[in-house]
Amino acid sequence: MRAGEIRVAINSDQDIVTARQKGRALAIELGFSTGDATLVATAISELARNIVSYARKGQIALKTVHASNRQGISIVASDSGPGIRDIHQAMRDGFSTSGSLGLGLPGVRRLMDEFEIVSEPGGGTIVTVKKWKQ
Amino acid sequence: MEVPILKQGAVLIATFQAALSDADLNHLRMGLVQQVVKFRSRAVIVDVTAMDVMDSFASRTLREIAHMIRLRGAETVIVGIQPEVAFAMVQLGLTLEGVATALDLEEGLAYLTQKFKNTD
Repeated sequence: MRAGEIRVAINSDQDIVTARQKGRALAIELGFSTGDATLVATAISELARNIVSYARKGQIALKTVHASNRQGISIVASDSGPGIRDIHQAMRDGFSTSGSLGLGLPGVRRLMDEFEIVSEPGGGTIVTVKKWKQ
Repeated sequence: MEVPILKQGAVLIATFQAALSDADLNHLRMGLVQQVVKFRSRAVIVDVTAMDVMDSFASRTLREIAHMIRLRGAETVIVGIQPEVAFAMVQLGLTLEGVATALDLEEGLAYLTQKFKNTD
């Protein structure tokens, strides 16, 4: 485990709450505004929910990231679930295969500053998002 | 975590806590509808002032609660959505279309009083 990294195992809906609370606490600790801390917590909630709905279990890793003269939070949501067959389709508003609202991924992208997804059928999914402190 | 439901005349008031899990929300949905039936309530106020995150599941559950209660012939008002929570909901693309909202508990009660007056 790298220094300063917080990992939350996601196995149930209760873990979604734990993950977003830890994310909010880290954001506040770094000096994020309450508004941005709420965006971070909401994004974590959606990412963790995707894990529970599609892969059943996985992990959320939170850490502080630094770039030239700014600080931010990186959130990595990973699972070894069924993966996403068509990422472009999954990134479109309104798409869902689990009967949920289907707003998860495109919504999370709007909440955050950076968004990256790696997934293949049968190979799990890794979503990495970042939010920079304003 | 149990959500306290207060009975105030014909109105039920449910106060959400910050750390509600999906299971808590599902439990509340059933509990509220059952109590509306039991007490023949005319309205439900859901106070979400303490909620720090309103994600897709929470907002869908609120919409479902409101629709179920409407089918019973009663009203639902969601009160106390915090500004930063509202901002995050809009960014995420979540709406509470067709569900009445008010600033806080006081405004919610005032809205219902007015509404009852008009229909009585």
